[in-house]
Amino acid sequence: MSDSTSGQALSPHAFVSAAFREPEPPPTSDRGPLRWARAHLFGSVPQVLLTLFGIWLLYAVIPPLVRFFITDAVWEGTNRNACLPADVGHSVGACWPFIWAKINQLTYGFYPADERWRVNVVYALGALLLLPLLIQKAPYKRLNAIVFFGVYPVLAFVLLTGGNFALRHFLLGYLGFDGLFPAGAEVGGLSVAFWADFILSSALLALVAAGISRAVAGPGAGRGAARSTLIVMALLGVVLLAADVNFGLVPVETRLWGGLLVTLVIAVTGITVSLPFGILLALGRRSKLPLVKISSILFIEFWRGVPLITVLFFATYMLPLFLPGQLTIDGLLRALVGVALFASAYMAEVVRGGLQAIPKGQYEGAMALGLPGSLMMRLVVLPQALKLVIPGIVNNFIGLFKDTTLVLIVSIFDLLGAMRAAFTDPNWATPTTLFTGFGFAGIVYFVFCFGMSRYSMALEKRLDRAQRH
Amino acid sequence: MSDARLSDPAPPRGRRWSWTDPKLRSSVIQITLALILVWLAWSFYANAEANLSRLGIASGFGFLDDRAGFAISQTLIPYNENMSYGRAFLVGLLNTLLVAFFGIILATILGFLVGVARLSKNVVIKALASAYVEITRNLPPLFQIMFWYLAVLAALPTPRQSWGIGLQPIFSGIASGLSAIGLGGLAAPFSGLAEGVGAPDVYINNRGLILPRPVFGEGSSGILIALAVAVVVSFIIARWAKKRREATGQQFPVFLTGLGLIIVLPFLAAAAVGFPVHLEVPQLRGFNFAGGVSVIPEFVALLIALSTYTAGFIAEIVRSGILAVSKGQSEAAHSLGLRGGPTLRLVVIPQAMRVIVPPLTSQYLNLTKNSSLGVAVGYPDLFAVFAGTTLNQTGQAIEIIAMTMAVYLVISIVTSLVMGWYNKRVALVER
Repeated sequence: MSDSTSGQALSPHAFVSAAFREPEPPPTSDRGPLRWARAHLFGSVPQVLLTLFGIWLLYAVIPPLVRFFITDAVWEGTNRNACLPADVGHSVGACWPFIWAKINQLTYGFYPADERWRVNVVYALGALLLLPLLIQKAPYKRLNAIVFFGVYPVLAFVLLTGGNFALRHFLLGYLGFDGLFPAGAEVGGLSVAFWADFILSSALLALVAAGISRAVAGPGAGRGAARSTLIVMALLGVVLLAADVNFGLVPVETRLWGGLLVTLVIAVTGITVSLPFGILLALGRRSKLPLVKISSILFIEFWRGVPLITVLFFATYMLPLFLPGQLTIDGLLRALVGVALFASAYMAEVVRGGLQAIPKGQYEGAMALGLPGSLMMRLVVLPQALKLVIPGIVNNFIGLFKDTTLVLIVSIFDLLGAMRAAFTDPNWATPTTLFTGFGFAGIVYFVFCFGMSRYSMALEKRLDRAQRH
Repeated sequence: MSDARLSDPAPPRGRRWSWTDPKLRSSVIQITLALILVWLAWSFYANAEANLSRLGIASGFGFLDDRAGFAISQTLIPYNENMSYGRAFLVGLLNTLLVAFFGIILATILGFLVGVARLSKNVVIKALASAYVEITRNLPPLFQIMFWYLAVLAALPTPRQSWGIGLQPIFSGIASGLSAIGLGGLAAPFSGLAEGVGAPDVYINNRGLILPRPVFGEGSSGILIALAVAVVVSFIIARWAKKRREATGQQFPVFLTGLGLIIVLPFLAAAAVGFPVHLEVPQLRGFNFAGGVSVIPEFVALLIALSTYTAGFIAEIVRSGILAVSKGQSEAAHSLGLRGGPTLRLVVIPQAMRVIVPPLTSQYLNLTKNSSLGVAVGYPDLFAVFAGTTLNQTGQAIEIIAMTMAVYLVISIVTSLVMGWYNKRVALVER
């Protein structure tokens, strides 16, 4: 029998081929560009009609667009006369000098010209820190993430606002113990009263935490609780110190911010705030404690059930009424609160989807290893669940980025708002100004959103591959 | 029995409480949460009361009966500025529902077409559909609304040079196109046709869309009654046919019978009372149109933007729904002897719908919620009329924003209840 496999030897049954035969090439009608065209373009009469319709549509859309944005466009000029067909002598497409003239307003809003370097530093640092986070092979991921999510926001906050907030009261001050500290005394621009208050409050908080833990969990737990409290307070202290120290930066009010700056500030804040809060809410929704569960469900469903614009109105007009009268909140901050509430509720639902997809065996395995609830979530469940829902998270980010445009309805000038303000400039009133402006803004929004969606697709593919191994 | 190691050790003294005790932990967490919530509610209430009295703002819903004093550009029910805020609220709500209703219809049609086109074998159609989806989904809806309103509709001609939409412009367009490429001889019949069909009935210009208005004369109610009867009868026939099919296996052309009934019965009724319905065609008089219904440009811009934006998402839902039905299903249907049409209708689409419908409803909800963006172009929807103008005039932020949010919440909750019922109906029955 073994010689029948050798191919050379005759099979005992002469009519059976001893070796595999090379497959025949397909018939010529099934190959080549003609065959492809028949399968994909001209297979039948309706196919031909559809193809013709598609080609006509392309012909109707693409050449006019190219003419408008490139060949007929005006590229240089100083005022509207450069873009008037009567002065140019031919039909005019996009009026790009309009964009060049307004580019500062579109990127910085009314941020003072001498201080724009601060915005540029924030943009550049953000890009520098974000890029290695997105590239899978770049090293120091953990450090990078800590810097990007922990240090960078504080830095950006100080740079953009100018820092040097005159902090006066901490916890004890608000509780009515102002008299304990010398008012008005300053050391190096820092209020003695505030920092004394801060240090005393931290110590008291640590003591209270230690006392409670000791009562609840036994004598060993007090020290740990005190240490954790002090670490949290120390981190908070560093942030407060950064905001309090006078770096010599000119303060810039947020109502001067505008354009792309506001768009990015809102989007990035919404994204960084919504992820942790969304995770907490999702865990709350799956909690076994009825009160935690019900309040999470109510919170999530309420914000998801109303349009973002009503949330922004809520934050702008209704929230100030709910807060103590002497507390005035900055307009941009109000919008940020609204966006954060809204985005957290949506993020919670995405994360919940991931949590539900984790098989019960994972929970049981973690419990069998003796992991307590918090560690089980942190080490076993959440890493898998978040990985599963990365596409959903990025989709949320894209939605959030698009939703930042809504702040123009509460009179905050984001990119679209700045563009709309630029349209009203009579110096640039030409027949094509509107289309040029919308074209430019559209390209900016498209680049950001499309980039995010492509990145998420690539990531999804990579994670999918990793999962299969 | 005497072995002390087997019995439970006595709990250590002074440690009767343990953080690892789930009962204790859950009550501590919940009591803390309850305290925080109560404190928040109380401080919100106290602050609101103090702030309102400080700012001199009234509270309560009494303002709903006050005179509104502002005009609304589109009203589905009679309204003038002497009517109350409550009436204005209703007008705004109806305007929101109107744009949502037509937006949902248009977005569904366009979305299904584009979604199917993305699965087409034809590469040109596929590429066009993909480009459509990427562009509409990646631009903010507010951007699209403002683009259509500020850039496109404002660039349309004045009423005197309105664009007609109808057969005449199409025929005359074909005629001029033919003569432009040197086939003047073929153009004559088309220009003849253009003459023959007369002036178009629908016009679009920078003041909006002008449509013919159906005018119902004496006896029109008979037609309506006939229509209702036809619908009820077709429903009864459908139930009977289903019962008979399940009992005997015999088919009955339910769809054709129903369609026939719904067309023929009202027609007969109309003939009986002498065709009392006619279309009032808009006509250009001076600088504007007389007759017909004119639709405000804000509505047109909002409708186009919302439906094209949502259609991009619906297209993706439809595509993934169709792809979710495995190929084996249609192959099995073919091997049972079903042809293309019945395979789609009886096998593929029912299964795809199970995947499509839940996300589709959430898109419908999104469209309804996004209709509040009409405030940016001045469309008088619920949000613009109530949270915009009324809030400005009365300053009663708490009541007004709460009422506005409540309306959207009720719409969301009702939709999700209906969805839950539908999902239960179509869910796979597993053994």
